[in-house]
Amino acid sequence: MAIMKFAPQALKNLFLKPVTTTYPAEPYVYPERSRGHIEISIDDCISCGMCVRACPCGTLSVDRAKGTWSIDRMDCIACGFCVEKCPKKCLTMVPGYQTPGGDKKTEVFQKSPEVMAAEEAKRKEAAEKAKAAAAAKAAAAAAAKAEGQETPAQ
Amino acid sequence: MGKRSVIPYGPQHPVLPEPVHIDLVVEDERVVEAIPSIGFIHRGLESLVDRRDFNQMTYVAERTCGICSFQHGMGYCEAVEHIMGVEVPDRAKFLRTLWAETSRMHSHLLWLGLLADGFGFENLFYQCWRVREKVLDIQEMTAGGRLIFSVNKVGGVLKDVTDDQLKFILATMDEVEAELKVIKETFFEDYSVKSRLVGVGVLTAEQINALGAVGPFARASGVNVDMRKLGYAAYPHIDFEPITSNDGDCYARCYVRMMEVFQSIDIIRQVIAKMPAEKDLAVAVKGNPDGEYFMRVEQPRGEAFYYVKGNGTPNLERMRIRTPTFANIPGLCEMLKNTELADIGLLILTIDPCISCTER
Repeated sequence: MAIMKFAPQALKNLFLKPVTTTYPAEPYVYPERSRGHIEISIDDCISCGMCVRACPCGTLSVDRAKGTWSIDRMDCIACGFCVEKCPKKCLTMVPGYQTPGGDKKTEVFQKSPEVMAAEEAKRKEAAEKAKAAAAAKAAAAAAAKAEGQETPAQ
Repeated sequence: MGKRSVIPYGPQHPVLPEPVHIDLVVEDERVVEAIPSIGFIHRGLESLVDRRDFNQMTYVAERTCGICSFQHGMGYCEAVEHIMGVEVPDRAKFLRTLWAETSRMHSHLLWLGLLADGFGFENLFYQCWRVREKVLDIQEMTAGGRLIFSVNKVGGVLKDVTDDQLKFILATMDEVEAELKVIKETFFEDYSVKSRLVGVGVLTAEQINALGAVGPFARASGVNVDMRKLGYAAYPHIDFEPITSNDGDCYARCYVRMMEVFQSIDIIRQVIAKMPAEKDLAVAVKGNPDGEYFMRVEQPRGEAFYYVKGNGTPNLERMRIRTPTFANIPGLCEMLKNTELADIGLLILTIDPCISCTER
């Protein structure tokens, strides 16, 4: 009789601890690799937009001028492709699912003013350098041209 | 001859949350004909190839199904790898086999639980799902998701399974095997289970061949088809024989799936024993796919068929998925003929329908 074989198991279950837990009263311990949600250390971000191009569901956006990185958590499928593609490794997948919300909102991360100022200074310096290089090149070209004109005259 | 009437069955199923809709032509209490209609949850995943590149499509293909997601991702990646002539590292092949078998285990345990629920054995349903939870824990620990793995990529896998995790998997397999033995005896010998399953919905091997059914549904009627024998991933290195039964009834389908869970445990042990020590998980893939390939993989529900065609651009030209449930629907309609109306819920369940996959 198979029912006799199943009965000890059923009786044992009566005295065991419940298999289920009373989440969220008892918090769940996520494994280390759990793909919960994406976090960014925004000050390391170089606004290259690789994550935006990688994302299969188009939930990310980057604004280089304003220094922002934004994500729509409702659209994110937590695949981790952006984390894999990020060249600066400033994106990370961390355990812990997002709490459900009533409305759909975009989460925006803003770079700190110091980083923005440093980037601006860097950009200006690079622009000036480029300008100087262009000027030098133009001067060299003009000199070469002048020399070239002079040569046949001699 | 009694009066004929039509009973619309679905899209809500009493047990399975799958929107299958069938119009049943009944004569008194007997079904004369079954007419399926699908298309309630069409999502247009295949047409996304226009807008997503072939690397992004890995994640899209994986989300075709919530239960056999790993095999969808693997089937797609292997198809693209064949087009591009990429040789995947051995360790990645073994890891793919490992994950494919854990996902087969949890899918079959889910089905066995639903079957028990379908014939009204609530306690058995609960026992099956309690065991399944241990398999899901393995998946969450190794891949990061309970059901959606996201570890496949074109050229290999993204995550390694550490030695400690492999030991944990082996220990869990021992626990699962011991607990399943108790459940197995109840499924195979219990009087109430037998009275609902034996001799119900019989299909012969000729009918299965004529209707093109696949997977455990076909193997239960004595048709020995198993795509794992084609030798993708690490299956050529694994010693196993497909499980078949000759009865072709609901009991045989239950038998085949239950024994396949034990077979998966055995395959996982072989995979871990033969796992190569190399640390390469993926090879770099350059360029875009140009060409076409047909890939066939054995999912928990049967043979899934991938057609991928690339034209040298990042976006594929065409991707077509034929899921096992789609192949099994003609067999289901044949099986439903001449059965009692009260058995319909159970009979639809025995093909393990996944309508969300079928409609993509």
